[in-house]
Amino acid sequence: MSKPVEKLDQVVIRFAGDSGDGMQLTGDRFTSETAILGNDLSTLPDFPAEIRAPAGSLPGVSGFQIHFSDHDILTPGDEPNVLVAMNPAALRTNIRDLPNGGTLIVNRDSFTDRNLEKAGYTSNPLEDGSLDEFRVHEVPLTSLTLEALKDVDLSKREAERSKNMFALGLMSWLYHRPTEGTIAFIERKFQARPEIVAANVNAFKAGWAYGETSEDFAVTYEVAPAQLPPGTYRNIRGNQALALGLIAASVKSGLPLFLGAYPITPASEILEDLSRRKDFGVRTFQAEDEIAAVGAALGASFGGALGVCTSSGPGVVLKMETIGLAVTLELPLLILDIQRAGPSTGMPTKPEQADLLLAMWGRNAESPVPVVAASTPGGCFESAIEAARIALKYRTPVFLLSDAYLANGSEPWLIPDVESLPEIPVDFAEQPNHEGGFMPYLRDTETLARPWAIPGTPGLEHRIGGLEKADGTGNVSYDPDNHDYMVRVRAQKVAGIAADIPELEVDHQEGADLLVLGWGGTYGPIAAGVRRVRQTGGKVAQAHLHYLNPFPRNTGDVLRSYEKVLVPEMNLGQLLKLVRAECLVDAVGYNRVRGLPFRSSELADAIEGML
Amino acid sequence: MSEGNGGNGRPLVQLTAKDFKSDQEVRWCPGCGDYAILAAMQGFMPELGVPRERTVFVSGIGCAARFPYYMQTYGMHSIHGRAPAIATGLSTSRPDLSVWVVTGDGDALSIGGNHLIHALRRNVSIKILLFNNQIYGLTKGQYSPTSPLGTKNKTTPFGSTDYPFNPVALALGAEATFVARSIDTDKKHLTEVLRRAAAHAGSAFVEIYQNCNVYNDGAFDAVRDEKQNRILLEHGKPVRFGENGERGVLQRRDGAMEIVDTAGDEGLVVHDEHAEHSSLAYALSRLSHTPHGPTPIGVFRDVERPVYDALMAEQIETTRREMGEGELGRLLQAGDTWDIS
Repeated sequence: MSKPVEKLDQVVIRFAGDSGDGMQLTGDRFTSETAILGNDLSTLPDFPAEIRAPAGSLPGVSGFQIHFSDHDILTPGDEPNVLVAMNPAALRTNIRDLPNGGTLIVNRDSFTDRNLEKAGYTSNPLEDGSLDEFRVHEVPLTSLTLEALKDVDLSKREAERSKNMFALGLMSWLYHRPTEGTIAFIERKFQARPEIVAANVNAFKAGWAYGETSEDFAVTYEVAPAQLPPGTYRNIRGNQALALGLIAASVKSGLPLFLGAYPITPASEILEDLSRRKDFGVRTFQAEDEIAAVGAALGASFGGALGVCTSSGPGVVLKMETIGLAVTLELPLLILDIQRAGPSTGMPTKPEQADLLLAMWGRNAESPVPVVAASTPGGCFESAIEAARIALKYRTPVFLLSDAYLANGSEPWLIPDVESLPEIPVDFAEQPNHEGGFMPYLRDTETLARPWAIPGTPGLEHRIGGLEKADGTGNVSYDPDNHDYMVRVRAQKVAGIAADIPELEVDHQEGADLLVLGWGGTYGPIAAGVRRVRQTGGKVAQAHLHYLNPFPRNTGDVLRSYEKVLVPEMNLGQLLKLVRAECLVDAVGYNRVRGLPFRSSELADAIEGML
Repeated sequence: MSEGNGGNGRPLVQLTAKDFKSDQEVRWCPGCGDYAILAAMQGFMPELGVPRERTVFVSGIGCAARFPYYMQTYGMHSIHGRAPAIATGLSTSRPDLSVWVVTGDGDALSIGGNHLIHALRRNVSIKILLFNNQIYGLTKGQYSPTSPLGTKNKTTPFGSTDYPFNPVALALGAEATFVARSIDTDKKHLTEVLRRAAAHAGSAFVEIYQNCNVYNDGAFDAVRDEKQNRILLEHGKPVRFGENGERGVLQRRDGAMEIVDTAGDEGLVVHDEHAEHSSLAYALSRLSHTPHGPTPIGVFRDVERPVYDALMAEQIETTRREMGEGELGRLLQAGDTWDIS
């Protein structure tokens, strides 16, 4: 290539088009190419809940944003440097996020009167000067794609579908992305239909060639690989990491994994992933409803399996009675809530973190459940193993909170060595524990966990149920003092887990009297915001909770050692309420519930405002 | 997996009914039909030959649901209506266990209706015993989905306006592979039905008419006490009943069953438990909608169909054979990876 090459340290590209235009596939492939090249990256797929809204309509716009760099980055980017808009609707929906001077690449052929009307334009933005502040590249994408495919045996409509590959080819050329992976992917995915393989490969190559030959693109860009810690990496989305973590927990504990689930956005993918893993003995059960899903998982736990269920907010609320049963039966049970915007059906594909108080208190009566929360896509792996460890050791249901952003967003993941993963010992009861025989509620004095005797163990036959039971014997009991005691001991069992989890770590800065405290998927944006503030001389500390119940044992001390505590949350203040109540600190919140991750700039502003 | 989820068929000579009694004092009302069913089950278990440690009773909520506490086996008293779902998870992950679900007309047909029909259509290896007393006993006398239209009680002081379910017909409609009905005090018949249910591979649905002497006394007297109302179904035999077998059942051209007075077997329906289609069993089940007149009891249907638990286990076995056992390190490294040094 004889065109000049500019070196950049980071780029944010947003692909946007119709739901039917293959923007997610394009984004995924560009991400893979970027990962193979060795950049650090973070992605944000942003797509509608409907399967396919009318073509060209505003609600049908699907987007994919990728931030990649030569150094470690934390977010998918506050706003894109480059917007690729496949049609007027995609332009209309996304242009407000492109800063002045940003690069805009549009599919000129799609700016027909009809499409402009569908997008609510009264004049053509390509002609009316409204895009003057951007560097606009008008690419005759559709016609060039059709031209490139004229010898392939496909209808015009089918051929047009490959225009996303043309866009990918162009962008891959523009940013020096390696292409072998994409070609191999196309050949693999469409191997049953060689004409589709040909169409996609030809369109991809045509896009690449267009960049090379067109004078419109005078410069290309290089983003060097990032210096990440040494090891073997793969790109991973949060939901993938959860599935792998659950399998790892099954392997490390020696218990077979049983997943009960009902399809629900954004969690269905975990059920789909695990349903393919029968080579690990994983039993997946697509239940008739959310309640049967958690019920079956509990039944499997009763039999000695690692029982798990996955869902999102609207499903979790249905499961609460069964979770309460698990609390009083004192059986292990994992409940994964991939949070999405609510209330009710809400916005199924958009992230939010407003189920924390639901996880804490969503059952009738005093029904304590440990709560663990993942903070990055790759971190979902460790969080799943840790949630399983707690559930199995303490014989308790455990909530693991993720969200739609972590679930679908991706980042490079340093693949851990299997040997380094913690063993999860499980001590089933095998012998009577009392002269009379077996007492199912005769607790371990240290953990307060009850002995776990599974069906099939001779001599330990016993019955457990949802009614209150006497401590020790487990027989149904309505005794007043016993009930008071049992309520307290169940609470104490959960509270005592604090002795068994790491302390809260703080990224302190000398002179900082403000602590920014977060949980869940806000980790990246908060860290990026903190970075910005420090770069301009502000002093601020940051901490991130992975354990929400119980809190790490030093949490109160940490919070009380700062004059000010800021809690950014994608809800109206849920961790905020917990820390104010539990730690007696006058923490304040920064709350936005927009169905999108925080921008690091808005968090930097919020932090600055408190300095 | 051996036949049904029974044991090896060898009676445990060293165990008796007493060995299946737990140490808990039974708290049902004196005169409750549940006592009889409990006694029948405790009498039957030694014959079944499954060790106590491999036997599990799962119940929901209701008077019937107290059953597990009184059996010296493993047991779970769970939540209203959800026992079939919980039992499905247990049974499919522990194919070595003999899993029984004890439920009632409210627990199974009201709140639990959804889980019941799906467990049956999946043909999960669980035996579902539905104690039908046509009332909500534990909550003190509200009507249930099997209460006859017009029933007056606590929540229907002016008479129920709900048309009731026919549990056997519902089970057949839900694709159940084994459907039977018996009566709490008919120990011989009930034990035989339990025997048949235990021997059946896959889901077994057994409706047991059970008397609640406190809130709905005598609901099934017409069938219990009067021979002329008991249509005993026997495979391969023409369907006859009555004091001296003077009545019979024939099938009309429109498919419905009709009761006739008859001397001989000619024209009468011959019961076929193993008929591939469920139409015959269904038509028989419609002979009575409530047990006030001639009512069929016995095994309506007993057919073979792949068992859900076995299908699940087979897929795992086959996959492990073809793909090899999963190896965690290989799984984590799968796909596109790159190295940084």
